[in-house]
Amino acid sequence: MSAVDRSAGAGATYEAVIGLEVHAELLTASKIFCGCPAIFGGAPNQHTCPVCLGMPGVLPVLNRRVVEFAIRAGLAAHCTIAPYSRWARKNYFYPDLAKGYQISQYELPICAGGWLDVPVDGTTKRVRLTRIHMEEDTGKNIHDAHGSESLVDFNRCGVPLLEIVSEPDLSSPAEAGAYLRALRTLVRYLGICDGNMEEGSFRCDANVSVRPRGTIALGVKAEVKNMNSFRSVEKAIAYEIARQARVLEEGGRVVQETRLWDADREETRSMRSKESAHDYRYFPDPDLPPLLVSHELVAEVGRSMPELPDARRTRFVASLNLPEYDAEVLTSRRDLADYFEAVVAAHPNAKAASNWVMGDVLRLVKERKLDDALVITEWPVAAAHLGELIALIDEGAISGKIAKTVFEEMVATGEAPRAIVAARGLTQVSDEGAIAAAIDGVLAAHPDKVADFRAGKDKLLGFFVGQVMKATAGKANPTLVNRLLVEKLR
Amino acid sequence: MLDSPVVKITRDEIRHVALLARLALDPAEEEAMTATLDAILTYMEKLAELDTSAVEPTAHILDLPTPWRDDVVTNAPDADRLLANAPARDGDFFRVPKIIE
Repeated sequence: MSAVDRSAGAGATYEAVIGLEVHAELLTASKIFCGCPAIFGGAPNQHTCPVCLGMPGVLPVLNRRVVEFAIRAGLAAHCTIAPYSRWARKNYFYPDLAKGYQISQYELPICAGGWLDVPVDGTTKRVRLTRIHMEEDTGKNIHDAHGSESLVDFNRCGVPLLEIVSEPDLSSPAEAGAYLRALRTLVRYLGICDGNMEEGSFRCDANVSVRPRGTIALGVKAEVKNMNSFRSVEKAIAYEIARQARVLEEGGRVVQETRLWDADREETRSMRSKESAHDYRYFPDPDLPPLLVSHELVAEVGRSMPELPDARRTRFVASLNLPEYDAEVLTSRRDLADYFEAVVAAHPNAKAASNWVMGDVLRLVKERKLDDALVITEWPVAAAHLGELIALIDEGAISGKIAKTVFEEMVATGEAPRAIVAARGLTQVSDEGAIAAAIDGVLAAHPDKVADFRAGKDKLLGFFVGQVMKATAGKANPTLVNRLLVEKLR
Repeated sequence: MLDSPVVKITRDEIRHVALLARLALDPAEEEAMTATLDAILTYMEKLAELDTSAVEPTAHILDLPTPWRDDVVTNAPDADRLLANAPARDGDFFRVPKIIE
């Protein structure tokens, strides 16, 4: 992140004003206005019908789940849910939509206002939302297959989208990245979007402007598009801030325009388009009467809401006594938080559970790419088993060091830790007599080191502990070993 | 030709709207379209004389909420039949003149 911030370049003279527009593809089974599947991929045009191809005489019929998902997002982001909202046609000619307009919402969107509390550098920043509205996604064009022609695949056309528009409350690439991550965590928690930026199911456009630091009037903004990762979003915004600051420093004027991020060259480029291109002539869609959302429906959706990441993070800190950092990592995914809570339910030592989950468990999840799944169902070890392992440590049955061995065994065999400890004879030795005997053996074997220790080389204690652990195959209770060693060496 | 002394729409606006609608109008058609739309807009102005202060604005004449359906896939793949009317195709893709960005 520091590289991004350094290259932001607005520096002392200028400050950046950033607002983000996010398009989130919804995880419905069918498209927004027809019964075609809304799944990603497939052979070209396999998931199309006369409605999403814009054939004459067809009529759109709204998918109820899209409205429920929009309400879910709206409630989670503290928006006002409109009892009466309207569908609009956004008119333009481009072969990613066959019918010449996109069905969207313009005046009277389903959700207005609201905010997201975003963790930034150890504090919380409140980012206000302008609106959330529903619309249909467009098809895909392939431009370079033929010299003089383009190819069109309408599979994605009609897949439901939420457009989530923030107020220009963000002031750095890092803040924009943090907001975007918080928003993705939220839509994943809500189960309404898989948040995959690479596959384009979670897309972000950035409105960026700069102004002299300390002034109030907004500068002229550029809209930056075509970023397909969190890193690209941060880099593109940093580049754009530096570019605009440079233009102003050289006495020039920033032009209002759309710019495309080129990830290979790491720069934004002006997307030259005719002035009329943005004259969308929105008007109410005559095919779709106004959308009425009852209090009952909002209440019904409200009852189906999971605990949200903010609330869960706060609860982890307040009632489980976890550090803020742990709580943030563990609540970054709903499935991860669920897994962690299942471990704690098996054995109530939250901090130990957090260390194991954030350490060994997440390492394996990443190595095995289990986190590519929308919901991780195949964990390296069962939550109940991990709880049992921590219980064995807390009971003094095994040492932390042996626990690592047991853990590897659990991962390899799927067996319960108690069974592994019993079968392999790993139970910790807490018998003082046995440990004392092992210590006597070690001290007898190293008379020179014993003399050095007694002459003041305190550091040798670690050496003796190591030797005793080795002599007991790692099974000696380390607390006892330390205590007895100190007694005997004194 | 027109009763109203005030012109409601200009020839330039007609050209702009025609461009947005991708209509190629020749000068005679531009002339005719200007007169036709001007007459329609004049009539709209007549309607605007009505007192509608007590009427809720609406874009629909039927007092119906949006009907909706359950989230169920009902359509089977049938790309071949859907592509049958396309002016040009390439395998299962629609083929269109190259889009210049």
